[in-house]
Amino acid sequence: MASPVKDGLPQELQGFREVQRLAYACAEAVAARLEPGVTEREAARMQREWLRERGVRDWFHLPFAWFGDRTAFAGFKVPLQFFPTNRKLEPGMPFILDMAPVHKGFTADIGYSGCLGLNPLHDKLLTDLEVHRALILDEVRERRSLREIYEDVERLMIRQGYANRHRAYPFGVIAHKVDRVAQRRWSPRLFGFGTQSLKGLVSDAVHGHRDGWSPLWSPYRFSDHPPQPGLWAVEPHLGFRGTGAKFEEILVVTDSKDPEQSAFWLDDDLPHVRRWAEERVAA
Amino acid sequence: MSLQDVPGFRERRVRTGGIELCVAELGDETRPTVVLVHGYPDSKEVWTQVAVQLAEQWHVVLYDVRGHGRSTAPEPLRGGFTLEKLTDDFLAVVDAVSPDRPVHLVGHDWGSVQSWEFVTVMRTEGRIASFTSMSGPSLDHFGHWIKQRMTRPTPRRVGQLLGQGAKSWYVYMLHTPVLPELAWRGPLGKQWPRILQRMEKVPAGDYPTPSLPNDAAHGAWLYRDNVRARLRRPRADAYAHVPVQLITPTGDIFLSEKLYDQLEVWVPHLVRRSLPAKHWVPRTRPDQLASWISEFVAANESALEDGRPVPDTAPTGAYADRFGGQLVLVTGAAGGIGRATAFAFAEAGARVVAVDRDAEGAARTAEMARLIGSPAAWGEAVDVSDEQAMEKLAAKVAAEYGIVDVLVNNAGIGLSGSFLETTSEDWKNVLDVNLWGVIHGCRIFGGQMAERGQGGHIVNTASAAAYQPSRALPAYSTSKAAVLMLSECLRAELAERSIGVSAICPGIVNTNITATTHFAGADADEESRLRKRTSRLYGLRNYPPEKVADAILEAVAHNRAVVPVTPEARASRFLSRLSPGALRGIARLKPPL
Repeated sequence: MASPVKDGLPQELQGFREVQRLAYACAEAVAARLEPGVTEREAARMQREWLRERGVRDWFHLPFAWFGDRTAFAGFKVPLQFFPTNRKLEPGMPFILDMAPVHKGFTADIGYSGCLGLNPLHDKLLTDLEVHRALILDEVRERRSLREIYEDVERLMIRQGYANRHRAYPFGVIAHKVDRVAQRRWSPRLFGFGTQSLKGLVSDAVHGHRDGWSPLWSPYRFSDHPPQPGLWAVEPHLGFRGTGAKFEEILVVTDSKDPEQSAFWLDDDLPHVRRWAEERVAA
Repeated sequence: MSLQDVPGFRERRVRTGGIELCVAELGDETRPTVVLVHGYPDSKEVWTQVAVQLAEQWHVVLYDVRGHGRSTAPEPLRGGFTLEKLTDDFLAVVDAVSPDRPVHLVGHDWGSVQSWEFVTVMRTEGRIASFTSMSGPSLDHFGHWIKQRMTRPTPRRVGQLLGQGAKSWYVYMLHTPVLPELAWRGPLGKQWPRILQRMEKVPAGDYPTPSLPNDAAHGAWLYRDNVRARLRRPRADAYAHVPVQLITPTGDIFLSEKLYDQLEVWVPHLVRRSLPAKHWVPRTRPDQLASWISEFVAANESALEDGRPVPDTAPTGAYADRFGGQLVLVTGAAGGIGRATAFAFAEAGARVVAVDRDAEGAARTAEMARLIGSPAAWGEAVDVSDEQAMEKLAAKVAAEYGIVDVLVNNAGIGLSGSFLETTSEDWKNVLDVNLWGVIHGCRIFGGQMAERGQGGHIVNTASAAAYQPSRALPAYSTSKAAVLMLSECLRAELAERSIGVSAICPGIVNTNITATTHFAGADADEESRLRKRTSRLYGLRNYPPEKVADAILEAVAHNRAVVPVTPEARASRFLSRLSPGALRGIARLKPPL
């Protein structure tokens, strides 16, 4: 479980990039198959089967799917409400697919927002996520404390008129570390989370606790430290009156002195990034 | 202005079934036709203001119902006013004024009752494009409504029956022979204009017309010829074959809102509207009616042209029936409670003017409001404490967007610190925004509302600090207490003009106010520490501004006087009455900062 970045293993990053692309390909394939009447459970199962067919055996967490106002976690009180329900998709409804497959020992954790048909409000939310991606990267490169970055992102959301909905995640995290995972023939899951991955997270938490950092990027005091080198799955999540949108992708943090190299998004060829580029061209 | 003096007014006589109807027309004949049908005891002049406004866009047709105004009465009167004959009249008028295009029908009171007959009988199919109903139910639907409640009389249903039964007292009176005619031709006819002014707040003018005693005496036969027959044997097939817009005045003393409870059964395409007014809405709320009618006609016209059903894009937010199309102005709308309020009104379909010192924030609020259901929204950068800027804003709003229906004076700033350390500059700043901002808003926009004379509502954001004394917020509490009392006084004064005033006392709400609050007596570092600390505490309390916004909409819809919102605001409001001493004790505690 040594830091994969420090040893400068582009092949390793390549592995992460591949599984992230695989996950996004899955999201796009499943999103294309969504139609009115499909339930969240069915959408989650489609993601699981699609990835299983392509060799995924272990998970950081099993796929989630949220439809309608559940994309903004409306009325979420207990974590069990994150799990897919029998909510049916309707025309114009926003949806979010969120999955974290482990492939060949590499983990990805992605979030994909879309909607069935036209929804100008949802488009607006997706567009407004772009500045958050830039803000997070800039402030990580400046080596601000994670807690500070969290607060800046939240302030930006409020200025945009949105609610911070990643606060609803366990520990209110905007991001968490991901890492390589040992491949076992049997990896049971605890509440949808793969035990191998949880083991990695817990061991990071224990080590980090000794050294004053945490693998969870939260608004709390334990995140009041500069970004720790490694791979972070970052997931800013906007909510606006029953409509939610997020992206989730891996941010690579290294201990390089060169700001460009000290932090970068693992992959810039992702659906939401392409979408923003297309919007700019159209404008 | 009387109807005859309106430019473009023309009149014709239409002969049908042995009588002659007086038909008036306004507006461009090539435009779609809107037919206005008056009620009892009225003549077509009841529509004057509405017709003038509609004529800017549509071909407007009004006619005197048989026996009313300048139309002749049938001989004999008995049996001459049945709904079948009224339908004949309507078809004759429509054939004369719009022979090859279906018309948009609007009815008030008995005009609406007969229009319900027009839109539910087969022989008018293809001749009507839409129907706007106000204060007049279908007698058939009413008959079924009574039957339902008689056959299964639960306590609630009995209550509804008795309620409407009491409101219908005049219907029983009209069924007595001769007496109504004598009364109308005698003292009642003479007193009627005064009664309307006093009881119904109908403004004086060219209405009622001198023909009133005759209209009222003849019109009694509308009731005698139809009511008993239809209520006893309501038609079972009274389904509307056109889209219907139902406008319900909530203060109608003749008709209960409950009458329309299951109207969706009879009307496949129903749009509901409600407005706080009494029975004679064409006289008391012409602007609102004209805009709702125009909007409904336009939607149905474009649907007719495209050959598709009317798209179901009506706003879905709470109170959409009440605020749809209204103009709402919110100050301090770039964040917190103001922004949430603007969004809540937008969801209800209101047009929103978002005002704030922060131009970018106000524009952002307007932009998002348009995305969630507001037909139009604008951001305006104005400092509410600047009287001239407010005057300019009011002139601009009135000229470009119209008269404000709901004004929310919400802009406010925080100021904390002991009284002895609060400088007079601090006092001036907080009073300028928190109190003078509200005064300017009420005076300028409230003045416009009062001048228009068609009702409205003013909401002032006070605070729980208005009745909860505290050593930490002397200046802020003083400014908010002033706002609370101002609201109460204004409410008393504006009640006679049908303008409601509500004071909202939110309590501890998680907004940006803590991050900009000035702490008197603290240096810059200490101030920023205190801001962070209070923001964190307010964040822990985490009461969302959206809930305050919901309370504001509810306060406007039900015209509440003082609305404490959070539980702590309610508790201290309760204590301020029950044991003010306890509040004084709390006031002495030092806040944990």
